[in-house]
Order: sequence, then C-alpha cells, then structure tokens
Amino acid sequence: MAEKLKFRDPELAKSIAQKIHALTPKGKPVKICHVCGTHEWTITHYGLRSLLPDNVEVIAGPGCPVCIVPASEVDAAIELASKGTVIACFGDLLRVPGSRMSLLDAKAKGADVRIVYSVSDVVQMAQDEANKEFVFFAVGFETTAPSTAVEVSLKPRGNLSFLVSHRVVPPAMELLARMEDLQLKGFIAPGHVSTIIGLKPYEVFPTKYGLPTVVAGFEPLDVLFAVYMVLKQLSENKPALENEYVRAVNWEGNVKAQRLISDVFTVQDGKWRGLGTIPASKLALKPEYAAFDAEKKYRLRFAEGIDSQPGCRCHLVVIGKIKPSECPLFMHACTPQNPVGACMVSMEGTCRVWAKATQV
Amino acid sequence: MCLAIPARVMRVDGDKAQVDFGEGVLREVNVTLVNAKVGDYVLVHAGYAIQLMDEKDALETLSLWNEILAAEEE
Ligand code: SF4
Repeated sequence: MAEKLKFRDPELAKSIAQKIHALTPKGKPVKICHVCGTHEWTITHYGLRSLLPDNVEVIAGPGCPVCIVPASEVDAAIELASKGTVIACFGDLLRVPGSRMSLLDAKAKGADVRIVYSVSDVVQMAQDEANKEFVFFAVGFETTAPSTAVEVSLKPRGNLSFLVSHRVVPPAMELLARMEDLQLKGFIAPGHVSTIIGLKPYEVFPTKYGLPTVVAGFEPLDVLFAVYMVLKQLSENKPALENEYVRAVNWEGNVKAQRLISDVFTVQDGKWRGLGTIPASKLALKPEYAAFDAEKKYRLRFAEGIDSQPGCRCHLVVIGKIKPSECPLFMHACTPQNPVGACMVSMEGTCRVWAKATQV
Repeated sequence: MCLAIPARVMRVDGDKAQVDFGEGVLREVNVTLVNAKVGDYVLVHAGYAIQLMDEKDALETLSLWNEILAAEEE
C-alpha cells in the first residue's frame, strides 16, 4: 500500500522514541513481552531495542509456531514417512529436531517429505497422485489453522489426512502472565493471530492479571507505538486492552474463520516444546472428521520424545528468560547452517532472528 | 510463519482470486475466509486471504499515531 512508506517514517520514529523516554520512570525495569516471530524480526531488523530506554526490555515469548512443536509430533511424522506415506509440511518445519532426527534427515534417508507453501498444494498432490497416501503436518497458530479447516471441511480425497499440531496463543500468554519470576508488565499481542481471533480473547490480561495489552502491526512504527501505549497505561495505572493494528484487526476478528475452526476442531490440552503441557491450547479434529485424522487413521502413539538437545536453552529463550546471546552455543556450535535447537531452525525462531541480525 | 502480506484483489472466481502483491504479477489465492471484491486489499497467509484491509483503516492507523503524538504536545 502506498501509505506503507509513512509507516516507516524515521522522523515519526524519533518523536515516538522521545515520548517513550519521557514517559518511562527511571530505574525500575519494565518488561514487555510480545508473542510473535514477526514482531521479533521487526524489532531486531530495525534495531528498535536501541531506541528504548535501558530499563525498558521487550522480550520474545513463544511466538514461533514451529519452535514449540514437541519432538514427539515430529517423531510421529517421521515414523509415517518411513513407512511410505508422503509427509507434506511448511519449509520451516523440515529441520526442526525430533528425538533422533529431523524430517530433513528422514528425507535424506529416502523418505518422501515435501515442502508446500499452502495446504491447498497438498490437496492438489493427493488428487494428482491418487495411488499414494499423503499426510499434511499441520503446524501453526490461529493464523494458519483456518486454512487447514477450510480443506478439512471440504472433505478431501481419502488418501489425504492431517497430523494436526495447531496451537492457540492466548493460553500460552496466560502461562507467561502467571510466571511470577518473569515479572511481566505488559503484552504486545500478535497482529496476524488477532486478525482471526479478534480482541476478546485478550481481555483477561488487563482484567485478571493487570497487564496492559496492545495488539500491534508489524511495521517498526506499529511496534514503537504499541510500546508507548503499554507504557502510557502503566504510567496511568490503568491496564487495558487496546488495538494499534486497526487496519487489519477488529473486535470480533474473522468470524467466518472462527466458525470454520470450531466446526472442524476441538480444543485439547497440548504440549509445547520448552513449556510443557498448556491447558486448552491445542487443536484436534472432531470425531466427525476422524477419517482425515492421521492420528486415528494410522493409530499413532506419541511417545515421550526428547524435546531438548544437549546444551540447548530454547526452553528459556521461548519464554524470554534469556536472550539467544546468553546461550553459550549461540553462533558457536549452533548456527542457522547447523542449528542445534528448534529456535535456530525456523525463520521466526528467536535465535534464528538474532543470528540473522548478527550476520549482516 | 504467521506472516501475512497485503495484496490487491484483481479478479474473483468463486473461492479463488487473482491477487497482486505489488509486483505486478498475479497470483492465485483462496478467498473462502473473506468476502473479497475486486479492488479490495486482503492479507494473505499461506495461500489464503485471512482478512480484508481497507484503506480507510490504514489511514486510521496514521491518525491514531498523530493523535498520540499531538496529545502529548499539550
Ligand atoms: S542458540 Fe541454539 S542451542 Fe542456544 S538456545 Fe538457541 S537454538 Fe538452542
């Protein structure tokens, strides 16, 4: 859009940074958490942290949907692939470590693992290659779940089923809000997840936890204004839910997408790599769609799985407890070319985003 | 992975649409999730339009920013 340029106006950035400085009480640390890999990219890429006062820290929460897929689910996909099923997934997932190997390793050993850009690609493949069995490894937050729901609701060919690993974000934010030692003072809520779910699911954060919560877009100015809005609420001691990303997010969200999600999926407790089991945080196909549920179709059992590689501190990175640079392996044993943990694999993993910033 | 990119709808054909991401090249996306018309801007994620973005709302963002900046001047 033509307005885009104004969304990056350096003069405007300077004025808002000044206002942020003026508003911040000296000394007391203020920790604001975002939960989106794209926000981390914007913050790192544009060096926004350097514009903030020393005592204002913006940390990255579990905003990378690929990073939090537990090893047990990767293992299940690898097992299917090793038995001749075609596994289709988004490219980000390929190198995420399972307990013993990644899907990429399985591919190197001859398994048919295919990268797709969209779930509709898999639907097409399953049509074109009717003699093969396909499983779509469906990963992603509320932004991605509706596209899976569209295709499941259309009941695709019988040779396609879904290994559903979709997770929903607000329960993970609630987990963070409850971690007292994290000492969060506010949230920047994920913009694209919010285009689907709207604002309502975030109401608990200001009301129950007293945390200012601002839904923000992805331009550098969006993020700076969101930081300002959180600080402003803190200074007035009036925690509220505000929407900075009005150009794409409204109160109700995308009602049609929500309806499809609830038609097709139920919500279950789900394990998040590095975070443990979070109540009501995972989507699973409803019994009516059992024929398309890879878990049921292939009677998959999810063993414990080894989520953490030796020395990797992803479990601390995903909750913003440490910065990637505080991990001894960062840019030594662990690089984007040779990732150790899931956070270095995905384009949205915090370690990967930081690695990219140090490499340019 | 939650990245969504704005594109302009150039043609709609049932649940599919041809959109332009600003490169002048038309690409096909699925529009089941939105009621998109020709000329609308949509946010596209993994081949699906997930929300409409209208220009009025984009301008609203700018006016929100200006308001914040102005309010503090007083
Ligand atoms: S730098 Fe690598 S090893 Fe360290 S926490 Fe990140 S992904 Fe894990």
